[in-house]
Amino acid sequence: MNEQDMREVVIRALTEIAPDIDPAAIDADRDLAEQLDIDSMDFLNIVVLIHERTGIEIPERDYPKLSTLSDAVAYLAAAQEQGASA
Amino acid sequence: MSDFLMPSLGADMEAGTLLEWYVKPGDAVKRGDIVALVDTSKAEIDVEIFEDGVIDELLVGEGARVPVGTALATVRPVGVDAKPAVATAGQAQAEPVPVPEPVGAPAAMPPPTPTPVRAPVSRGAPPPPPHPTNGDHRRRVSPLARRTAEQLGVDLSQVPGSGPNGAITRADVERVATVAAPLVTPPSPPAAALASTDRQAAMRQAIGALMTRSKREIPHYYLQLEIDMSRALAWLREANLARPVNDRLLPSVLLLSATARAVIEMPEMNGFWIDEAFQPGAGIHLGVAISLRGGGLIAPALHDADRKGLDEIMAGVRDLVQRARAGRLRSSEMSDPTITVTNLGERGVDLVHGVIYPPQVALVGFGAVRERPWAVAGMLGVRPIVIATLAADHRASDGHVGSRFLTLIDRKLQKPEEL
Repeated sequence: MNEQDMREVVIRALTEIAPDIDPAAIDADRDLAEQLDIDSMDFLNIVVLIHERTGIEIPERDYPKLSTLSDAVAYLAAAQEQGASA
Repeated sequence: MSDFLMPSLGADMEAGTLLEWYVKPGDAVKRGDIVALVDTSKAEIDVEIFEDGVIDELLVGEGARVPVGTALATVRPVGVDAKPAVATAGQAQAEPVPVPEPVGAPAAMPPPTPTPVRAPVSRGAPPPPPHPTNGDHRRRVSPLARRTAEQLGVDLSQVPGSGPNGAITRADVERVATVAAPLVTPPSPPAAALASTDRQAAMRQAIGALMTRSKREIPHYYLQLEIDMSRALAWLREANLARPVNDRLLPSVLLLSATARAVIEMPEMNGFWIDEAFQPGAGIHLGVAISLRGGGLIAPALHDADRKGLDEIMAGVRDLVQRARAGRLRSSEMSDPTITVTNLGERGVDLVHGVIYPPQVALVGFGAVRERPWAVAGMLGVRPIVIATLAADHRASDGHVGSRFLTLIDRKLQKPEEL
């Protein structure tokens, strides 16, 4: 999965949990929870969806590293890389 | 023979629109079966039936808006012939006439008990055939998609769904609308159906009416208590470490569990104020305040929360949030809450002074968990703190009782392993 794929995975998870959001309107560098009115239950469900589709384990302490779209994509790409080289 | 009535799905509901029948005459039903989809002004609700029997006749057609208490269908007890005329006099006498249970009004539900009224609307006219069961007779449509479809005049049966399990999303509707644009007829929703463009306004109106009633009738008193969440959160972190992502718990689950367990010892907080008297709730059903995307608020019941473990509470809340957003709540969830909990701190505020949902008598609010300076045994430290608040009905309890209740919640949160 390249970065573009990762971005797709995150955006798809976001739109499934919050179907009313417009993916094109997401500001990649703004806090997702605040920008999209996502609460902790929504966020956890998004993490679950991402995990199911990428197999990447996201420990709870890393949640803050997924707070913006750019950060999330970077985190997932790095995590995948580590997984592949391990 | 008894009537299945338009239930009261919350104190703020006066009428409902029957959107869809899931049963047809001749279908056997059991207590708790979902038989119809009803649109209150706030949400679409799956309505359960409260007796066993066989659907005899559908009295109200899809799309009709009728007052609470209107007979929607007739139900005959199992084993009773469809046509009473065929029964001989002897049989008829031998057959004990079942005392009709107040259909749609579960025991736990407070009055107003709807008086059966027959809807003249579609009496005689054959009810529309139930939707074709093409293996997917409950097509999932997000409320937003439904609204968009009405606005754009799109026929939902013509829309392929791309969401989970073929759910129709707004994007799907818009795609079809764009394709069909030249052919789109001006939207002409059935007169009876609530025009969904007005849903937002209707929801505001419903919330407004209920909250006005609350503030007018209920002498609220308010208490607040700062609670140290160190132990609870440390325990939760530890527990979540060992859990796969699907099984992780949220802090709000601990708050709900602690509240439910405190309610066991403070039954004065759990129930309804009706006819100048307190009626204890049958069971502890926490109304969980859920904000709807696009505005509005709904507080369906997490049934028997005091008897659920943390995992069950987590699963229950997840399920409620999902179905509240998708518009798939059940009627019992709308009518059963015995005390409400709001976790508005999720959105960042420090504390919430709640407005009680009549006829309930208490509402517990939790603010955001924040690190704050905290003095213990003469030492100053930094701890995660949440401010718990209680809004309670002074007719049903006094501040003394309310104070014990909040303190109890605190004590429960200090022993997370027992939650």
